[in-house]
Amino acid sequence: MALFITCLGDLFFPRAGMAVVKLLEHLGVEVTFPEGQTCCGQPQWNSGYPEAAAALARHFLDVFDGADYIVSPSGSCASMVQHYYPEIFRDDPARLDRTRQISGRIYEFTQFLVEVLGVEDLGARYPARATYHQSCHMTRLLGVEEPPLRLLRNVRDLELVPLEHPELCCGFGGTFSVKSPEVSVAMADEKLDDVTRTGADLLVGADPSCLLHLAGRAHRRRLPLKIMHVAEVLAEGVGL
Amino acid sequence: MAGGTFRARARKALENPRLRRAVRVTMNNFMSARRAAMAELAQLAREGLALGDFAAMRERARAIKQHTLDHLDHYLARAATAIGERGGHVHFAAGAHEVGEIVREIARRRGVTLAVKSKSMATEEVHLNRALQADGIEVVETDLGEYIIQLAGETPSHIVGPAIHKTREEIAQLFGRVVGRELSTDTPTLTGVARQVLREKFVRAGMGISGANFVVAETGTLCIVTNEGNGRLVTSAPPVHVAVVGIEKLVPTLADLYVFLGLLARSSTGQKISVYTHMITGPRRPGEADGPEELHVIFLDAGRSDILGTEYQEVLHCIRCGACLNHCPVYRQTGGHAYGAVYSGPVGTVLTPLLGEFRDWKDLPAEACSLCAACWEACPVGIPLHDLILKHRQKTAREGLDQSGLGGPLRLGAAAWTKPWAYRLSVRVGRLALRWFAREEEGGRRWAVKAPGPLRAWTEGRDLPAPPEKSFRELWAEHLRERGQRA
Ligand code: SF4
Repeated sequence: MALFITCLGDLFFPRAGMAVVKLLEHLGVEVTFPEGQTCCGQPQWNSGYPEAAAALARHFLDVFDGADYIVSPSGSCASMVQHYYPEIFRDDPARLDRTRQISGRIYEFTQFLVEVLGVEDLGARYPARATYHQSCHMTRLLGVEEPPLRLLRNVRDLELVPLEHPELCCGFGGTFSVKSPEVSVAMADEKLDDVTRTGADLLVGADPSCLLHLAGRAHRRRLPLKIMHVAEVLAEGVGL
Repeated sequence: MAGGTFRARARKALENPRLRRAVRVTMNNFMSARRAAMAELAQLAREGLALGDFAAMRERARAIKQHTLDHLDHYLARAATAIGERGGHVHFAAGAHEVGEIVREIARRRGVTLAVKSKSMATEEVHLNRALQADGIEVVETDLGEYIIQLAGETPSHIVGPAIHKTREEIAQLFGRVVGRELSTDTPTLTGVARQVLREKFVRAGMGISGANFVVAETGTLCIVTNEGNGRLVTSAPPVHVAVVGIEKLVPTLADLYVFLGLLARSSTGQKISVYTHMITGPRRPGEADGPEELHVIFLDAGRSDILGTEYQEVLHCIRCGACLNHCPVYRQTGGHAYGAVYSGPVGTVLTPLLGEFRDWKDLPAEACSLCAACWEACPVGIPLHDLILKHRQKTAREGLDQSGLGGPLRLGAAAWTKPWAYRLSVRVGRLALRWFAREEEGGRRWAVKAPGPLRAWTEGRDLPAPPEKSFRELWAEHLRERGQRA
């Protein structure tokens, strides 16, 4: 299994990445890390620069060619590969073919645990009152909603409380967060208010980009809220 | 073109807590009503009492729309013939100017001095009221929401609920001005006033103007869906009825119409079907008690045929249900006026730059969307609005209109990041820079409260955590060493 750490994951969430590694090795999976990897090209693609995104997509294909599974701690980046690479390589039959093979093998981390390994209960224990942020690309484009919840529901002493509006975007949206900072912040505020209303002290997510955004806003507002990647909760919960 | 940019208008809306509360409450109501309606539809489908659940219905609706648009000439001709055979008059208008001319000509011939209107986005789009008022014709909006914003001198802020941004207090003030006394803010009083004022207009009006939600090509039937009785009065009380309809509103047969009616209200307000669904086929026939003497249907192009056959064609599937607005997190924060155009929300973000001058509206796709795709999920005809917004962004970049300052860095970054060494180098430099800017220490982590360059906008409202001591790559290298020792 090859880990796709993603650029934000590499830079800002190395612990979440290591949590993924430890959990998978704990489950007996052999983890490799293709060193040449960089970024999936999503920032370019979403900002309207398909050629630039294509350059990164080509690089991605070269780096991950031959991997039996590709697992990423970011639902959004996994969805980029699966959902948009076919469009990027629409007129490039050879790469389109390789994309098709790869997109059948790329998984978001919790999806991989639940759908491929069939693991829903890691025997973890993590005392907290937590709520889960459902990220948009992961649910709507990748179609992964249940796996992280199932894993979290099986964590002992973790009280999982639902949000009133789980489906609302946190407001990150890549370059949207700097092109429309006021609206982006207003969206984060609505999400954080929703979280605060549940009385949760821990916010869990499966996408570094959303977490970075929400953590940044929560810190500016001095909210006493802990924000963690789902892999971190699980790894700490099993004592890894 | 609207004044200013989306960002500026949005900022203004964000500073208006009353507006934001009003929009949010209505959106919440629409969202939960839709959710319930969809669950019920799924149940009906399981019992064999509906054509299918939402997903199945939306596939059918999409297929019908695609077929109709692929053969639009044929269905337009068919509809024109059918309407003519039943005694109606058909006109084709290339744009706003033609619509104005056609309606004014009819009004002049019939000596119309007062026209009543029922809610219609197409007439908003071509600013028909202005054209008629220029001829000294009084035009009165009779949909309650439209009437409110007409009094306020505003444009609709939502496709389905044009006045959702208004509070009761504001409405009481507006109505109070009309009747010259102070009004209480309860619903019966307010609707009572509107009814009393509008009834008199219905009686006197020489012309009724409406849109149409659908036109059935086979029979020439106009289908108008409303929740108020005003639509029925507008289309039947005055001696002349003029319907202004976008050419994309055609559906081939009555059976097709059934599919859309099952989706429209459910997606929009969560109702099974709207309170009134009028089917109008031709003017009053001899011996009939009511209906207009004269019926005109104006098919409006106004940029629509230019969209046919392009990568944007699917936006013409839109049945104006408003579900994409209701589910859009950006709309939810700003309301419709931030979009500066007749159509707001995700569909407006796609449609407005296509119907108008692209360069004037490029900030909508650039700034009014976080690409969360909630609109696509809610859309009853499955328009991939988020992908069409991406296509707009591509066009903006292609034509050199991207003024965000991000194009250069993004392209440069992509070129560099196809080389692992350059990626590693830039990440290292980025780490150092960010750690240097992140000087505020708290909770064991350092935060940047003011970042330079393109990240400045980020730190206007958010802090940026300093990257941790070690990157993943470094941790991984350590891990490999440990693993080697263990083995
Ligand atoms: S784009 Fe879809 S959801 Fe939006 S108004 Fe049109 S039909 Fe409704």
